[in-house]
Amino acid sequence: MRKNWWKVLAAVMICSTIVAGIMGPVPELYILHESIRNVYFHVPMWFTMLTLYLISVIYSIKYLNGGKMEHDTMAVEAVNTGIVFCFFGLLTGMQWANITWGEPWPNDPKLNGSAIATLMYLAYLVLRNALEEEQKRAKISAVYNIFAFPIMVVLLYILPKLTDSLHPGSGGNSTFGDLDMDNNMRPVFYTAVIGWILTGVWVLTLRFRLRLLENKANKIQ
Amino acid sequence: MNLLKEVKTLVHKDLILEWRSKHAINSIILYVVSTVFVCYQAFKTVDDTLMWNALFWIILLFASINAISRSFVQESQYRLLYYYAITSPKAIILSKIIYNTLLMILLSVIAYVTYSLIFKNPVGDPLLYFVAVLLGSISFATVFTMVSGISSKTGNNSTIMAILAFPVIIPLLIVLIKLANNALQGLDRSISFSEIAVLLAINVITITISLLLFPYLWRD
Repeated sequence: MRKNWWKVLAAVMICSTIVAGIMGPVPELYILHESIRNVYFHVPMWFTMLTLYLISVIYSIKYLNGGKMEHDTMAVEAVNTGIVFCFFGLLTGMQWANITWGEPWPNDPKLNGSAIATLMYLAYLVLRNALEEEQKRAKISAVYNIFAFPIMVVLLYILPKLTDSLHPGSGGNSTFGDLDMDNNMRPVFYTAVIGWILTGVWVLTLRFRLRLLENKANKIQ
Repeated sequence: MNLLKEVKTLVHKDLILEWRSKHAINSIILYVVSTVFVCYQAFKTVDDTLMWNALFWIILLFASINAISRSFVQESQYRLLYYYAITSPKAIILSKIIYNTLLMILLSVIAYVTYSLIFKNPVGDPLLYFVAVLLGSISFATVFTMVSGISSKTGNNSTIMAILAFPVIIPLLIVLIKLANNALQGLDRSISFSEIAVLLAINVITITISLLLFPYLWRD
């Protein structure tokens, strides 16, 4: 229990944000109306994705410094989990865009940026498949992972700020925090973010341990 | 030997090798000119400035990916082993980046001249457009050199090069096309400063990361 308390915390946090997110009070806003509740589900997906990609980069750096295969496994599983959260983020975002902006894929720099970032990480997985030898695969994909990460950060967080975007916080729009989120929403939102990040890390550790067991099983045969 | 001297020698070597065979330069020039001509046959005239700009950058993108993907392939395994014994990996990657930048500047100037000869040139602010082309060729060189280094380790297949390079270059290309569009329309130069700053920043980041990472890639 002492080691697992954060998993329970993650489950409790997500359950409570689902209840509070659907039942709780929200401000009445033009265009957004009740769909502002999606902020509890859409935004945490991206935060979780970014956390997982960050973990992946950290483990890639660790791999290059130490050369332990576990670090490489951790890096690739973080990317695998992160891509799933990226797809969730895209799905919830498309649903929201369909209601508020009128179409599921408006030409918005943040949308295009996230699609390109997804391509970047899919390319990482393709690169891994192209290499046979384990050590070489780990090393070269770690190099690509570290090389791509800062460019992804530029793509998702700096470019949309320069251009006009439909998203809040870009192109002179004020952020959600300044304008639309009132004090009833803030605690629910932060709980949701922390809860989803913890869940992402939990899934990551599960996948990582599964891979370690698989490797062990393969070695015995 | 210090780093600067090593880099100078390596760039010099690459330039001499290229000058003797003229293989890369000739094939690239032929590639650019024939692509522009194919586009001309397909479009006849491009009236829309937005399309004029997009077509130019697409031609330049594919030409540069073709030019730079060769940069590590042309070195044989034994020569690489020789470099490993006498120079530092940082000198190798820096020299490759510098050489590719020179190659790309030449290539993009040729592309720009032929392109504006064949299609009518509607550029409003030629100096700024030239700066955009220059920054573009430097950015292509820095990003593609590292990616070609990575892809050369995967058994030199060109699909991997394209798959790895495109997602990484798209952010740069977005900024470049925006900057070039500003120049095309002849907008006030102060509007474009933020784009130029972003491009320079990305280039500095890429070169730094390449310098940090190449030693790991190099050791085989």
